[in-house]
Amino acid sequence: MTTLSNLTHLDWLESEAIHILREVAGQCSNPVLLFSGGKDSLCLLRLAEKAFRPGRFPFPLLHIDTGHNYDEVIQFRDLRAKELNERLIVRSVEDSMKRGTVVLKTPDEPRNKHQSVTLLEAIAEFEFDCCIGGARRDEEKARAKERIMSFRDEFGQWDPKNQRPELWNLYNAKVHKGENIRAFPISNWTEMDVWQYIEREKLGLPSIYFAHKRPIVRRGGAIVPITPLTPKKDHEVVEEIMVRYRTVGDITCTAPVESIADSVEKIIIETASTTITERGATRLDDQTSDASMEQRKKEGYF
Amino acid sequence: MSQENIQDSLLRFMTCGSVDDGKSTLIGRLLFDTKTILTDTLTQIEKTSKKRGMTAVDLSLITDGLQAEREQGITIDVAYRYFSTGSRKYIIADAPGHEQYTRNMVTAASTAHLAIILIDARKGVLTQTRRHSFLAKLVGIPHIVVAINKMDLIDYDESKYKAICESYKAFAKEIKLSENRTIEFVPMSALNGDMIVDRGESMNWYQGPTLLDILEKTTADYAGKDKNFRFPVQFVCRPHASDDHDLHDFRGFMGRVESGSISVGEEITVLPSQYKSKVKSIQLGDTQLQKAISEQSVTILLEDEIDISRGDMIIKSNDAKEPTKNINAMVCWLSETPMASSRTYLIRHTSRESKAKFDKIDFKVNIETLLHESISNLNMNDIAQVTFKLAQPIMADSYQNNRSTGAFIIIDESTYHTVGAGMIA
Ligand SMILES: Nc1nc2c(ncn2[C@@H]2O[C@H](COP(=O)(O)OP(=O)(O)O)[C@@H](O)[C@H]2O)c(=O)[nH]1
Ligand SMILES: [Mg+2]
Repeated sequence: MTTLSNLTHLDWLESEAIHILREVAGQCSNPVLLFSGGKDSLCLLRLAEKAFRPGRFPFPLLHIDTGHNYDEVIQFRDLRAKELNERLIVRSVEDSMKRGTVVLKTPDEPRNKHQSVTLLEAIAEFEFDCCIGGARRDEEKARAKERIMSFRDEFGQWDPKNQRPELWNLYNAKVHKGENIRAFPISNWTEMDVWQYIEREKLGLPSIYFAHKRPIVRRGGAIVPITPLTPKKDHEVVEEIMVRYRTVGDITCTAPVESIADSVEKIIIETASTTITERGATRLDDQTSDASMEQRKKEGYF
Repeated sequence: MSQENIQDSLLRFMTCGSVDDGKSTLIGRLLFDTKTILTDTLTQIEKTSKKRGMTAVDLSLITDGLQAEREQGITIDVAYRYFSTGSRKYIIADAPGHEQYTRNMVTAASTAHLAIILIDARKGVLTQTRRHSFLAKLVGIPHIVVAINKMDLIDYDESKYKAICESYKAFAKEIKLSENRTIEFVPMSALNGDMIVDRGESMNWYQGPTLLDILEKTTADYAGKDKNFRFPVQFVCRPHASDDHDLHDFRGFMGRVESGSISVGEEITVLPSQYKSKVKSIQLGDTQLQKAISEQSVTILLEDEIDISRGDMIIKSNDAKEPTKNINAMVCWLSETPMASSRTYLIRHTSRESKAKFDKIDFKVNIETLLHESISNLNMNDIAQVTFKLAQPIMADSYQNNRSTGAFIIIDESTYHTVGAGMIA
């Protein structure tokens, strides 16, 4: 038996997240957990285990696949779902393209923003009334005002001026048919909290989170990995350097950072001394405009 | 940090003040001086500051996130920010100060352990200061820091600072603010960073703690020091259909300890059914706990097979509690649509829900004068004492004694919007 000692902020954050997950399970009739194989959603899975085991999760897992993924992340996604013996649904942006609901301007453009369409289609297909996601308020300014249970209308839109007030730990996940709640159990976590939790819980991660050698080019201050989807331009010089990813997403718009941190412990040390925010370092698409995330969320992005 | 209180490793606080008192700048300063703001964010706000023709970096841009806010230069919704020191994690709620945003302040206050009430040193205690202090009291924030900001604009004058402190103390006495509550004062310049994290050079006459010193030593408690065990059941785990036969009889009652604590072997009563049993085990993930404490989410297993569902509450058997269908509460109306006294609403209290009808409105509090007025209907931002009749009994405590089991929200039955917040008398 464990005695109580050394309860830290991680225990509090964990307890809050478990409480939120159980509220979703108690209030919603058909929720789903969005699982990408990334570190935030891997934390969500551990929290769901703590919230619901020895029972099965009261929701399936859903991945909106952009088709622009690293293989090891997809393999990791499948492995984790199998280990947990939980149902994984995959819906892909490429199917939406075939249906003609996603139309690309250029063939190789980033597909992050198109995920919204595929997500809304999946919500309609399965009649999900709540999507649980791993977004954090510290990721981006527009997220800082996001509710833990955030209301979206039939078009999946978020209206920052018309959010439901959220008081104490009393959540309101009630919706009409067609409307949707996005629930964010780790809203109050920072990148550092996530890494500390991964360390404490000894969570496995896809290998691209750890320092590895990768061919890259330097483009306008950013490190761009060289892959079949992101070839080098003629004049560019390819270097092989040690990098790691701080987020996993669409290959065409997710950049690694230079790092020799090859363990969670070392990543925590690096995170503590880092001078660039997670999105600043790694999202090539958020920098276009100060308000680009807010814009995307209004359009139904996660 | 090692403690028996899970919450002590984390402090939640809010900032309140009128428009332009410096809330956003103060938060920006806290984040900046605790090295929470990273270079790319700083570069961005430097750019924006320049675009607006400012010479220094405007730290308020760190929190004023939404497009509309940046355009109007004001905060319109509660924003949450985070920073850590070596000893604890902080969650800040930045609540806008405009009159029409009483509801935002109440929202931010509902989870805060501490409120920083900003006063512009040039203006002293204003009607808004009184309003913010009243709301902090109403929502039961146990720690108040009165931050007298913009000291640079009054030449860091000690006597003016002291005069403001005195006038605040007089008002605090009037509304009995210091009952069950700590009140501290600190002079500061959010713009220059004096007395926030660093002491600065300009106010050597001030010997007290900096703002961060105060935050670091404040205990993370909520008003309502109720030690009675309250465990609202959120979810019942019955994996009987699984392949594992050992789990056939498993019945786990899942929830969060809202107050007090419970140990294995203790006798419990389930409400409203009044069934009794004993705690067989307490689990958190794979871990078996001997005891669960306040704010821990756990799974409780009982000795006897009794019927319990979401919305029931487990308490200790040596503690009596009568479920009730009549409640009297202070309500803050949050919706633009006024309350319709003829309608039925839904009330969510802990994990329980009930239909509710307004019985009568006892009085409204005029938050400018703090006097009671009689009204027949509630509009947005109104605060009033209201009596309700419920369809289902709830296990209510007074909000003063228990911030979790004394609180509820009111939901519109047709739109499903959250339209009100209540604190049980
Ligand atoms: N001189 C001076 N100006 C300040 C100080 N704190 C804030 N300000 C200025 O007051 C204005 C309003 O500040 P802001 O933080 O946006 O106030 P808010 O509306 O309460 O969030 C801005 O122009 C700030 O630069 C201070 O300590 N001294
Ligand atoms: Mg502001």
